[in-house]
Amino acid sequence: MSAHMSPDTVLKVENLTVWFPLRRSIVDVIRRKPRRYVHAVDGIDFEIRRGETFCLVGESGCGKTTTGKAILRLVDIYAGHVYYKPAKETIAELEAMGVDVIDGEIVDIAAVPPKKMKPLRRELQMIYQDPFGSLNPRFKIKEILEEPLLVHGVGETPDEREEQVIKALESVKLIPPEDFMNRFPHQLSGGQRQRVAVARAMMLNPQLIVADEPVSMLDVSIRAEILELMMELKQSRNLTYVFITHDLAVARYICDRIAVMYLGKIVEIAKATELIENPLHPYTKALIAAIPEPDPSNKAKLREVPIKGEVPSAVLIPPGCRFHPRCLPYEAEKASLENLCPVHVPPLVEVEEDHYVACWLYDKVRQSAGL
Amino acid sequence: MPLLEVKNLKTYYYTLRGVVKAVDDVSFTLEKGEVLGLAGESGCGKSTVAWSLLGMPPSPGRIAGGHIYLHDDEAGETYDIANMAEEELRSKVRWRKISMVFQGAMNALTPVHRVGDQIAEPLILHAGMTKEEAMNRVVELLNMVGLDDTIAMRYPHELSGGQKQRVVIAMALALDPDIVIADEPTTALDVVVQAQILNLMKELQWKKKRSIILITHDLSIIAELADKVAIMYAGKIVEIGPSSEIFNNPQHPYTQLLLKAIPRLRGPIDKLAYIPGTPPDLMSPPPGCRFYPRCPYAMDVCMREEPEMVEVGKDHYVACWLHSKR
Ligand SMILES: Nc1ncnc2c1ncn2[C@@H]1O[C@H](COP(=O)(O)OP(=O)(O)OP(=O)(O)O)[C@@H](O)[C@H]1O
Ligand SMILES: Nc1ncnc2c1ncn2[C@@H]1O[C@H](COP(=O)(O)OP(=O)(O)OP(=O)(O)O)[C@@H](O)[C@H]1O
Ligand code: SF4
Ligand SMILES: [Mg+2]
Ligand SMILES: [Mg+2]
Repeated sequence: MSAHMSPDTVLKVENLTVWFPLRRSIVDVIRRKPRRYVHAVDGIDFEIRRGETFCLVGESGCGKTTTGKAILRLVDIYAGHVYYKPAKETIAELEAMGVDVIDGEIVDIAAVPPKKMKPLRRELQMIYQDPFGSLNPRFKIKEILEEPLLVHGVGETPDEREEQVIKALESVKLIPPEDFMNRFPHQLSGGQRQRVAVARAMMLNPQLIVADEPVSMLDVSIRAEILELMMELKQSRNLTYVFITHDLAVARYICDRIAVMYLGKIVEIAKATELIENPLHPYTKALIAAIPEPDPSNKAKLREVPIKGEVPSAVLIPPGCRFHPRCLPYEAEKASLENLCPVHVPPLVEVEEDHYVACWLYDKVRQSAGL
Repeated sequence: MPLLEVKNLKTYYYTLRGVVKAVDDVSFTLEKGEVLGLAGESGCGKSTVAWSLLGMPPSPGRIAGGHIYLHDDEAGETYDIANMAEEELRSKVRWRKISMVFQGAMNALTPVHRVGDQIAEPLILHAGMTKEEAMNRVVELLNMVGLDDTIAMRYPHELSGGQKQRVVIAMALALDPDIVIADEPTTALDVVVQAQILNLMKELQWKKKRSIILITHDLSIIAELADKVAIMYAGKIVEIGPSSEIFNNPQHPYTQLLLKAIPRLRGPIDKLAYIPGTPPDLMSPPPGCRFYPRCPYAMDVCMREEPEMVEVGKDHYVACWLHSKR
């Protein structure tokens, strides 16, 4: 456990934990029941390399968005570290503000006081899922794109700012920009709105972008267009993406590596193709088996999804491996796994090169835990 | 004679800003026991077709033309839903012959009533069952959709998304209709739950040869269930044919591009296709083929004249000038 990061790593998340307190009823307070929490993100670790597209995949409520927001410090972090290497200028600014800088290049975002996050906000940006909700409906496109410049004091004169807005619109292919600048969000199609959201995220020359389901609300027919645009911008601006999606097939097309989340934990991380072709965790296997494909021969048979039951509440997390109540391999080999799965939390361990899994079925996981 | 024959159906919304031609001259048939998949982009008119088949297009919508012939075997009668009195529709057709799991239904369950009572209500109201008969049927229906009886005593907020979706499917099956329309039945669900619901629909279909119209924007879901597929674009069906033909031998440029835009889990990672532009405003659709502004093959004739449906293979029809003879 340390802040040490290899040269090509740009972000290192360690034991990241985000719990949301549940409102207590009067009765709870009188009976002095302890406060209960939603364990949205429950101790996760991963590293992202510069220039990489790193995917967080999993079902609704597993903690993807919360993880993304925690990286940007948009939610309170309960425990853990988010080590990040900012740009040189930002480091200087942060040091001047008295923020701890480790090894002259790393800051722990989890430890930066919220008031001193501003320099970092410039280079960490988020794109949201909902192109309808994420843009202020009363602002013209020009004002929406100008806002981050004003907040961060970039661009001295209105003319300078307008020039940047025009460039941004051109970069997301809203051409000619003059046609779009004075429109309101509702005067754009869903795809155009999402381009504006992408343009807005790019305004301040960010380093790392968290894209939270950026194409999920769009029709399949135009998704690839937005994805292609995002990948072009990534190339030309040397960006790093944390790409959040519930769709493994989309992840396969654009991601370098995929992390699968289940109920606040990462259960598996591997290269995109490796994860899909050779999934190791029982949950990943179920997730992949469940995905329908446009193949009419599927009609003839039931789809077998190796999983049972339903996702438990994030308030009452099952002990040990939180997947064990739904796990078929555990059920099949209960005798040999009974002292492990329902008792001990499996750590995330590299069992094959660059392939991490948190499951007691694997020898290396047992060895690493000495069990 | 097909169980259902839709002929030149037009359903328009008469709004203050103008007339929205949401369904504009749509024709298809549905045989007994057949599953028809209806696919197309958001806003192309899929739900409007569905509501029209129940004879209840949402206001300010009205059926503006065409016929919806429904053959009633038991009564030996054929009704035209498009031209039927509301009273008769209610007593003979709606929910009894054709029912629907409407889009978003699982979130429209009444929060203050137990789900058992919600399933029982139409049985008492429309089928004239006693409370006890209705409750027996509720248990039967819950079991049919893979839920146990105790669910009947719960309130909607005490159910998971998958359980709620099973409940609304049970409601659609309550009066044992010949045709069930399922409008985006899995859209709000996670993949694992989605797979379970699709399996349930398959089993229900195999056990009892009911006809199903499955509506979704997701062609992968259509592939799981449909015998026949209709592709809609901007208020019109542009291609219809056997499922194997539509997926393996699509003929309309729109269908071809839609299929190429779907990211796959297996096989080579080709560049994903996309369709530039957006579907037209249905208040003033372009003349000629409605797809021409986005079509990579558009020719002069496409912008002037509307292509007719032509047969390109057995039971496989396409409306595109690449196939129509002039
Ligand atoms: N502000 C909040 N207060 C309380 N609980 C929250 C809050 N935000 C999220 N949660 C809970 O935390 C868990 C993780 O939510 P999160 O939004 O991160 O999931 P997700 O993986 O992004 O899901 P989805 O795919 O539905 O977007 C869920 O149980 C959710 O209900
Ligand atoms: N009540 C209404 N009043 C006016 N226009 C409507 C109404 N309902 C739908 N429309 C319009 O009719 C067209 C078809 O809508 P419909 O809901 O049938 O599409 P859909 O294919 O079901 O879309 P989705 O995939 O988003 O559910 C759209 O252009 C829509 O804006
Ligand atoms: S640790 Fe045990 S319960 Fe958890 S996924 Fe592996 S086998 Fe299943
Ligand atoms: Mg989310
Ligand atoms: Mg609809």
